[in-house]
Amino acid sequence: MSKPVLGLVLGGVLGIFDGLSALVSAPHDPAIRAGIVGIVVGSTMKGILTGVIIGWFARRTQSLAAGIVFGLAVGLALAGCVSLIQKLAGQPPYYWQIMLPGGILGMIVGYATFTYGVPAPRLARPAQS
Amino acid sequence: MTWISDRALESLRGMADLPDFSGTRYDIEEEIGRGGMGVVFRGRDRELARDVAVKVTWWPGSDVEALGAEARVLAALDHPGIVPVHDVGRLPDGRTYYVMAIVRGERLDVRASRVSLSDRLRLFDRVCDTIAFAHARGILHRDLKPANIMVGAFADVRVLDWGLARMRSEPTGAMTHVAGTEGYMAPEQTRGIADERSDVYALGAILRGLVALEPSSRALRPLDSIVTHATADDPASRYPDVQSLAADVRRFVDGHAVEAHREPPLERIARFARTYRTAIALVLAYLVMRVVLLLWD
Repeated sequence: MSKPVLGLVLGGVLGIFDGLSALVSAPHDPAIRAGIVGIVVGSTMKGILTGVIIGWFARRTQSLAAGIVFGLAVGLALAGCVSLIQKLAGQPPYYWQIMLPGGILGMIVGYATFTYGVPAPRLARPAQS
Repeated sequence: MTWISDRALESLRGMADLPDFSGTRYDIEEEIGRGGMGVVFRGRDRELARDVAVKVTWWPGSDVEALGAEARVLAALDHPGIVPVHDVGRLPDGRTYYVMAIVRGERLDVRASRVSLSDRLRLFDRVCDTIAFAHARGILHRDLKPANIMVGAFADVRVLDWGLARMRSEPTGAMTHVAGTEGYMAPEQTRGIADERSDVYALGAILRGLVALEPSSRALRPLDSIVTHATADDPASRYPDVQSLAADVRRFVDGHAVEAHREPPLERIARFARTYRTAIALVLAYLVMRVVLLLWD
């Protein structure tokens, strides 16, 4: 599987689980129970976007450490955007609750994409004349 | 009376020992190696303006057939791990020579002492690849040892000294003399018998030397088992071919279970944890962080 595709799949799957984990974090919060579908869909979309960006970057680097750090940065940035959108919508922004898992999931996607994704094929050299 | 220094005398002596290459396109510069069959000199091909190595038999008439056979073996093996032969000829004094590309680098054991275990195993894999190629062409090396393996600046490996190499199809009678180097020579070679598994034995002995540079550790047990399997006294108990040996070493490098080693459950868990330590650490970090957030709320 190519790195961007692996990032997309992994980001999406982990996004679903990350969204569902809201039920575990706040099992008695009626707002979360009512909005769980939206949370899961939003989390999945965020995961997919994170995975594709990290997969794109993983094709361009040879360094695992760079892949993991980039995953952390993208995960934090996108999760931060979600928190800001919550704030702008007048909801209480869950910065830590969203950004911490988002950042670590970004690192996991960065690691897995770099390690298990198939590198892009190299361009063939011109034939010897 | 004129006195000359010891150094000048040594230099004159060396020049007197150089074979006479007048009438050929090669200039001979200095001796760079000696083998059972002849001497290797650094030389220069005047027509192509490039440095070459020239192997010359010890004296006129000696090992003419053997040197010719070695040159033919090398010429038949077109592989990055094998030195290409450029030319074969005879000198005015009757000695035979062949010309090959000059090899720059250092011996495998010298390089091995300066690099990590994984780099050593990567070099070993390249040696195996070269020998597997020769075996696929029906040729046995029969004298593999660190001194016959050179490593270049870019970790490129060259297997040298194919003087004892023979076609596998050659009748056993042709190998009645003992050929090889003690410590690396398979037991059956002392009886004049050799096949691919004899080279597997020598490669196992080379691998033993590469592993021995590492402090003893539980994590190296699979490698020890690979060495034991490759250097079994009975050829039937060894890896059947070089590819199988190389594949098992690659399994070790990739953190997978090796065929030669029966792994107890605890050792398997430790290997799994070592191989996937980064992934395990990240997943644990995620779970710990989730628990912390749960308790915090």
